[in-house]
Formats: sequence, C-alpha cells, structure tokens
Amino acid sequence: MDLDPQLYEGLPDPVRKAWERSLTSGRAAMSRRRLLRLGSLAAGGAALAACGIPPAEGSRGNEPEDNPDYSKKERVLNFANWPLYIDVDDKNKKKRPTLDRFERESGVKVKYVEDINDNSEFYGKIKPQLAAGQDTGRDLVCLTDWMAGRVIRQGWAQRLDPARIPNAVANLEDRFRTAAGDPGRQYSYPWAGTACVVAYNKKATGGKKVTSVSQLLEDEALKGKVSMLSEMTDTVGLTMLDMGIDPGKFTDRDFDKVIARMQKAVDGKQLRRFSGNDYLDELNSGDIAACLAWAGDIVQLKLDNPDIEFALPESGYLFGTDDLLVPAKARHQANAEALINYYYQPEVAAELAAWVNYICPVSGAKAEMEKIDKDIAKDPLIFPDAKTIERGKNFRPMSTAEQARYENKFAKLIGA
Amino acid sequence: MTASTVPAAAGAAPPSQQPSPETGSSGDGQGPGPRRRLTPYWLLLPAGLWLAVFFVAPFFYQASTSVQSGSLEEGFRVTWDFTNYSDALATYGPHFLRSFLYAAVATLLCLLIGYPLAYMIAFRAGRWRSLLLVMVIAPFFTSFLIRTLAWKTILSDSGPVVGVLESLHILDFTSQLGLTGDDRLLATPLAVVCGLTYNFLPFMILPLYSSLERIDLSLHEAARDLYAKPTTTFRKVTFPLSLPGVVAGTLLTFIPASGDYINAQLLGSPNTQMIGNAIQKQFLNVLDYPTAAAMSFILMAIILIAVTVYMRKAGTEELV
Repeated sequence: MDLDPQLYEGLPDPVRKAWERSLTSGRAAMSRRRLLRLGSLAAGGAALAACGIPPAEGSRGNEPEDNPDYSKKERVLNFANWPLYIDVDDKNKKKRPTLDRFERESGVKVKYVEDINDNSEFYGKIKPQLAAGQDTGRDLVCLTDWMAGRVIRQGWAQRLDPARIPNAVANLEDRFRTAAGDPGRQYSYPWAGTACVVAYNKKATGGKKVTSVSQLLEDEALKGKVSMLSEMTDTVGLTMLDMGIDPGKFTDRDFDKVIARMQKAVDGKQLRRFSGNDYLDELNSGDIAACLAWAGDIVQLKLDNPDIEFALPESGYLFGTDDLLVPAKARHQANAEALINYYYQPEVAAELAAWVNYICPVSGAKAEMEKIDKDIAKDPLIFPDAKTIERGKNFRPMSTAEQARYENKFAKLIGA
Repeated sequence: MTASTVPAAAGAAPPSQQPSPETGSSGDGQGPGPRRRLTPYWLLLPAGLWLAVFFVAPFFYQASTSVQSGSLEEGFRVTWDFTNYSDALATYGPHFLRSFLYAAVATLLCLLIGYPLAYMIAFRAGRWRSLLLVMVIAPFFTSFLIRTLAWKTILSDSGPVVGVLESLHILDFTSQLGLTGDDRLLATPLAVVCGLTYNFLPFMILPLYSSLERIDLSLHEAARDLYAKPTTTFRKVTFPLSLPGVVAGTLLTFIPASGDYINAQLLGSPNTQMIGNAIQKQFLNVLDYPTAAAMSFILMAIILIAVTVYMRKAGTEELV
C-alpha cells in the first residue's frame, strides 16, 4: 500500500501492471488504513482525532463500471482550466469561439471555470473529495504532466474509452504518446505543450544577449534585475539542465545541489523575485531585465514589445504538457471525452493554438494553421522543429512525499 | 470598548457615550421581566453564532491540525506532535522577526503620518471635515490588491519616484543603510514597509480621529487660560485624551500588518518575505498542513502576548 513509486519506476511493464492491479482491485488495499482510522477513533482523544485529515489514498474508482455516467441524461460538462488558456472572441471577451461551437455541435452545456492557478494548490483543493471517493464537481481538469501523473497513480483518474476519442487517438503527435506519468495515454491527453525558456528585455540589458541560466544566476550586470518562476519544477528543472543534470532522472542529492547554487544567488541579491504569472509587466517595463518565462507568454508579449527576446538555452529547456483528465467519480465522462475528441480535430486545435500560443500537440494542426496565420505556423515555440523538440526535457513525476520535501526546500529558498 | 467604564477625564467630554445598560433598560419604563433579562443574550446571538462558526470551530480545527503528523498520502493523524512548533520556530524564526519588525516600523510611520492628519481633520478642517474623512476612506473603494499593484508602477525602477530620489542622492544613503538595493526601491525592505504603511494608514487615522474629535474644545481654552503654551496643552491635555485612539489605531495597524503577505509578495524580494508568505507557501504549495497550522498559532500567540503587554502598559480602561 505504501509503496514508494520509485520502487516501481523502471520495473518491467508486466510487473508494474500487476502491482497496479493489486492496488486497484485488491481488497486488502483499502482495509488496513480504514481499520487504523477506526481504531484511533475508538481509542480516546476521539474528538480531536476525528479532525484528522484523511489519507490521500482512498477508494479507487478508475474503472468505468465503478462510476455511473450520467452524460446521456445530463447534457452538461464541468471543465476546470487555467486562466487565459482558451481562445476568446476579440470583440466579446465572454465568447469562446471553439468552445461555443462544441456546445452547438454536441448539445452539451459546458460550465467552463478558470479555477486552476497552481498545480499543488488545486490538488490540495480537490484532494479531500477524491480521497473520500466523492465527486469533485468537475468532469474534466487540466493538470501539468507531473501532477496529472500523480493523480493517475493514485487511482483518481478515470480510464478513457478510446472508442469515444478517435480523433485524439489518431491525431496525437507521436512524441506525446508516451508520458512518464501515463505511459499508454490511457487516462490523459495533452491540452497544450509548455516550454519554459530564458527571456530578456534587450533595452534593459543594454543590448546584451541572455541565453543561459548561468547568466541569470551569476552575471553581475543583471544583479537585482532577474526573476525566476515560483513554479518549482520549472525553475529547478531549468537550473538542473544548466548544471548538466537530467530533470527526468535527478536524485535528492542533485536537487540539493541546485538549491545550494540558487541560494547563493538569493543571498547575493542577484534574484529580484520569484513570480507567478505576474512577471510579464515587469519584464515589459524593464524592471526585470532577464527571467525564466513560459514560451506562450513571450510569444504574446513580443507582439507588443519588440525589445523582448527569448532564448532556448544551449543546455536545453524545460518541456512539459498540461493534460486533460477525468477525475474519479465525475458524473459526465462521456461528455468530457466528446470535448477531448472535439479539440483533437486539427482545425479546432489550430484555432486554439493561434490564441493561446502554446505548443500544439495535434498533428495536422500546422497545416491548418497556415490557413489562419502563416507567422504562427512558422513559430518554433508553437510548432517546434525536430531539433528544438530534441532539446526539450521533461521533469520527472514525483511521489507526494518527494514533492512535499522538494517544495519545502524550494519554499525556504524563495522566501528566506 | 465597553461603555460602562468611563474614565474620569473623558467624563468631562460632551455626553457622546452610550448610556450604560442599567440606565438604558430602566428608561423604557417597563418592569424587568424575564424576557427583558434575556434581551442582551438575544442581541449577542448573531455575533456569537458568527464567531462560533467562523472563529471558534476553525480555531479548534487548526489547533488539532497543528499537532498532527503524517503526510498527504498517508493522511494526517493527531499524534500530539509538538515538534511542529519547535521546527517551525527554528526554521522560520527570521521570518517572524522580520514580520514584527516591518509591522512595528509601519505602525510607527502610520502614527507619525496619521496623527497630524487626524488632528487637522478633528480641529482645523471646518466645513472640509466630511470631505477629508471621505478621502481617507476613498482608497477602500478599490481592492487591496489593485492598490498594492499600483505601487509597483509608482516605485518602478524607471518611474518618477526612483528618478527623484536618485537625483537627490537619497537612494545612495538608504542603500548604505541596507534599506534599498542598488538604485531601486522595488524588491527592497523599504518598499515593503512603505506598502504596509500605505495600506494600513486609514486604520490608524479613523480611531485617532474619533477620539480626538470628542475632546471638548473648552478644555483647550481652559489650558490657554491657565497660561499653558500650545505644546504644553498638547502634551498635558490633547495627547492623553487621545490615547484610546492611539492604542486602538496601533493595534488595528500592527496586528494585520504583521500577518500580511500581499505587500511582501508584490513589493518585496526573496530576502524580504514575511511570515504570512511562509504560511501561505506551507499551506498551498508544500501542502504540509500541520507545520502551517503551527506557524499560524505561533503568530497568534506572539501577537496575543505583545498586545496583552501593550494594553497593560497603555491601560485598557482608557479604551472608550
């Protein structure tokens, strides 16, 4: 039950499958902890103990038969996504062209909520329901690959029916077909690919090019004018690459080395701040001369400000996906699958990518994009060429305990 | 702030206090029936319920969380693990110190800026009084977050404030004190303290104003008649009478300021993070609820002790 995922990572497939089976359907899997909880309830101190936060592994409901699907009766879909991650009409910001068309074509009313701002934060929010085996009220959520991997591993994602998502099965780019957290794409499909790169404001650097993390952390000329991202995987991952460590395989020791190096930059006041989505204003004004940035943001900012440049560091950049998945006990799986299937049509995918400016995971979308906007079709940050693809590295999935440990060290770094 | 404890000094003021409960009930001309005796409790009920649901219950829930141990995957169980507290103090000691330091400086600045203003509005504003009061409250018409974000633009490296301070060589001076960084204000301790001061200033001005405003002007005349210089009048008459406002204002400023995290988040740097930021990170990113709860409790305990000591010194009976 308490197997560390590191134990099975790297195991041959049949072994891992057997392990998964025993977890998902083995009756022993759930009884011990439940007994423990009952025991602690009975054993005095009951009132306070009852306040205990339930374990993050509860009932497992990833088999379709465990989850009644009300899609036919209730033509609705609750879709939770990140802010500014879907196309909106230029004139009427309330209209979302691709989503509106899906509603018309399928007859499914989509309740689209932008309530994901941070992977960990959102996980903390839906975890109690998932752990208790309850419906989270969301039928489709968009999580970054490492977090999606964790939810899948914990058995809190519903297996998708390939027959209902033929477009996705056919049109997913080959390089996305194996994900560390979802090897056969049984549970999740990418909404968009993300790239974390180095960006700088030419005017603020005095025309100097900034192309590596080393420069961000150690170049005296940039002192006090550098920001990094408060998303741990991105900032640590890119720094790892700079130090020749593979973020797909790092160890605790590697992680500590990265933190130690960044701590020096913090202590030396080289780093101005760690930011969420709000670094763009300061990069635009030049208060931040150089920073780690998400490629999609930079594509948009470059249109407004020609001084903004980006660089894919020689040592590589961090590549990831934000994956759509159906949380356990969701009531409308078929509706969610219909939406995934809809967005995997090349013309719809191109329309979406033209607005969100992130890497498009749908093959055939590039040809469609040429009809919409030739410049975007050529942009290596949206349709990367083979060489660019090769330099993108993925951050490996982490167990909850590992992540807590890493986030803790990172939290101390960014707020010391 | 009960109406039944009226100090001798304020007794000379015009009868702006509410009547005490006894006089209030006898004035109605009804006998003290059981229903009337219950009235105070009925009046307490809404606030009591509110506090029970939104303060007492979360308080005990957090108290229980703070002595739990475990992990997110295994669940957290109450193990009376008080090491959460010692660990939090050991790791985040500097954050606690920094928070209270920033909050104290901001409170002092608020008092220095707020007192003259409140004095002016109370005694010298004439017909502008209402307008000036509205202007004190006006910032609340926009959200706290937006106001703080606006400061980012004002204090920006290429903005007017930095330009002026730079040409006056004030920034060189503050940099040497360690208050600012090389030619910038943003992402420095000074910016965080300025943000705190700005955001909590109205909480200082309003209580100051309300206690200054009820000072009877004839007391000033009396002081003058007795040949007191204006400074002596202020020292012996005005300031002592305004003490309740000073106490209330400093508390209303210091307490929220020490738990604030928005200002440090937006105007600060990694080196100026306050305890609120650390708690937020523990709750939302690390998802280590017990440590976060323990940190909140330590913060609460320190504030409680500090406030108790302060109130003892200042004298609670003055708080009308």
